Amino acid sequence: MQQMHTKRRNRWLEEYIGRTFAVICGWLIVLITVTMIIFLAVKGIQSFTDSGLSLSDMLLSAQWDPNGTPPKYGALIFIVGSMLVSLGALLISAPIALALAIFMNFIAPKWFVSLLKPVLELLVGIPSVVYGWLGVTILVPLLREWFGGSGFSLLAGIIVLSMMILPTITSIAADALANVPMAYMEASYGLGSTRWQAISRVIVPAAKAGIATGVVLGLARAFGEALAVQMVIGNTIKLPSGLDSPTATLTSVLTMDMANTINGTPWNNALWTLALMLLLISFFFIAVIRLVGPRKER
Amino acid sequence: MWSKRVKLGLAALLMTGVLAGCGQTENNSAGGNEGTTKKEETYSGTISLAGSTALQPLAEEAANAFMEKYPDVSITVQGGGSGTGVNQVAAGAVQIGNSDVPAAEKLDDKSKASELVDHKVAGIAFAIVVNDDVKVDNLTTKQIQDIFSGKIKNWKEVGGPDEAIHVINRPASSGTRATFEKTIMKDVKINDSIGTVQDSNGAVEQAISSTPGAVSYVAMSYLIGEKKNLKTVKIDGAEPTVENIRTEKYPFWSYEYMITKGEAKEEVRAFIDFVKSEEFAPTVKKMGYIPMTELE
Repeated sequence: MQQMHTKRRNRWLEEYIGRTFAVICGWLIVLITVTMIIFLAVKGIQSFTDSGLSLSDMLLSAQWDPNGTPPKYGALIFIVGSMLVSLGALLISAPIALALAIFMNFIAPKWFVSLLKPVLELLVGIPSVVYGWLGVTILVPLLREWFGGSGFSLLAGIIVLSMMILPTITSIAADALANVPMAYMEASYGLGSTRWQAISRVIVPAAKAGIATGVVLGLARAFGEALAVQMVIGNTIKLPSGLDSPTATLTSVLTMDMANTINGTPWNNALWTLALMLLLISFFFIAVIRLVGPRKER
Repeated sequence: MWSKRVKLGLAALLMTGVLAGCGQTENNSAGGNEGTTKKEETYSGTISLAGSTALQPLAEEAANAFMEKYPDVSITVQGGGSGTGVNQVAAGAVQIGNSDVPAAEKLDDKSKASELVDHKVAGIAFAIVVNDDVKVDNLTTKQIQDIFSGKIKNWKEVGGPDEAIHVINRPASSGTRATFEKTIMKDVKINDSIGTVQDSNGAVEQAISSTPGAVSYVAMSYLIGEKKNLKTVKIDGAEPTVENIRTEKYPFWSYEYMITKGEAKEEVRAFIDFVKSEEFAPTVKKMGYIPMTELE
């Protein structure tokens, strides 16, 4: 009797606590996200309300000289740098990722797929500082030998980033391909297509929404990556003159200067504005994913 | 099973909250005891420091030595950069903010600066360093200015090999760079569109030793011990020694500051005095800093 009583109480407690906890977590995460966005927006706007900087100067001027007289806060270099390094990385890794996804789904033998999957997961798990370090010790000297200069360059950033986003795009694209109904493939065979024709003309187009999601997610990750890029890109405050030229990105200038500027100074406010820009850019990417992403059908 | 884990997690969360609360009260009561323990010269309480990464190794060493001497004191030292140090102490988040420059130089709002008290705790010398393939032992101030402003682009122009100069800078907000600008560059502007930027002493050291023809500046405390592929260059014929700094032959150095807000608590005061003391001076020297006892 006693035992049954406690058992019932336990179940009631479990039910109650579990439910409450889940609800609290749900609201907490919404609250945290919303407050972070508000905080960032308030901080980011101070550049214009308190420090009197102009938005058009910030977006369109390539003059960044916070210590100068008068100080200048044009962020064009960083915006362009971030865009070039991310798009460059995408250009390298998107085709490779798609090929890998096709290989995993239709070509590779089963045992090889079961090797490839953990390898890709491992690539995601490697911390970005390790990517950066490998970049500095192996890639940068190599580029220096090939192209001259210091080796710290836009190209180094692109290569390191493309390694980092490759597994992201691959796994999402692979899932998208796997979700295409087998019947498509069979129908295509039935019409007399070869395997490659079926893959390239039927399966890939059918999965294009999923693949696009992977690509945009990869791009978003590339944009937000800070440490690895900062370690190899050189962080020189100038627009890149070529692939072998060093430049700076939004994230690299943030990591370099944020700890050394004082709250409330125009310099600090300008950095907050750059952080806000990063947030807005990632909002933009999320919106794109929502638009192009596969509709939930199940 | 799952809910058990959640309960455990919740319990842990609650516990940390309670513990943190305890720490708070201990802290307060320690403050209250101050008056009674004054005569015996023992200190208690907690001191937290944050800021300059250049001063951090010394602050940590001093904290360990001080806690050994006064076991009732607990000291935590964090990095974060000089800006963080000034921010945190101005906000009252830490008792001591470590900085490479006086508080007033960092703060725009001068009314805030007047609350803060700078304490010079040590001197720190910086050195011009080059990759050791650069066969140059001495540079004049003028030559250094020309190199960093982009006028001189090849080592042969300053008596070295025919090799392109690769300038490595610290970010514009760095304290080390501020000292470099103040003592060496003076009115000449660093050209930020040449060379590359590395964001810490360690990263500069790594980049110098791996990049042929590279030149930059680092704190002497980072040059203790054997360094591979990296060489210190004399400035106007003077080496970065304490003697040369005292006789004003070597210009590239500055004070390190511990900044407090208003009147410092007794144990904070005692800790700062300890860092400057004769007793701690040998350690200061060993770590590549200059003890205050040798500067005054």
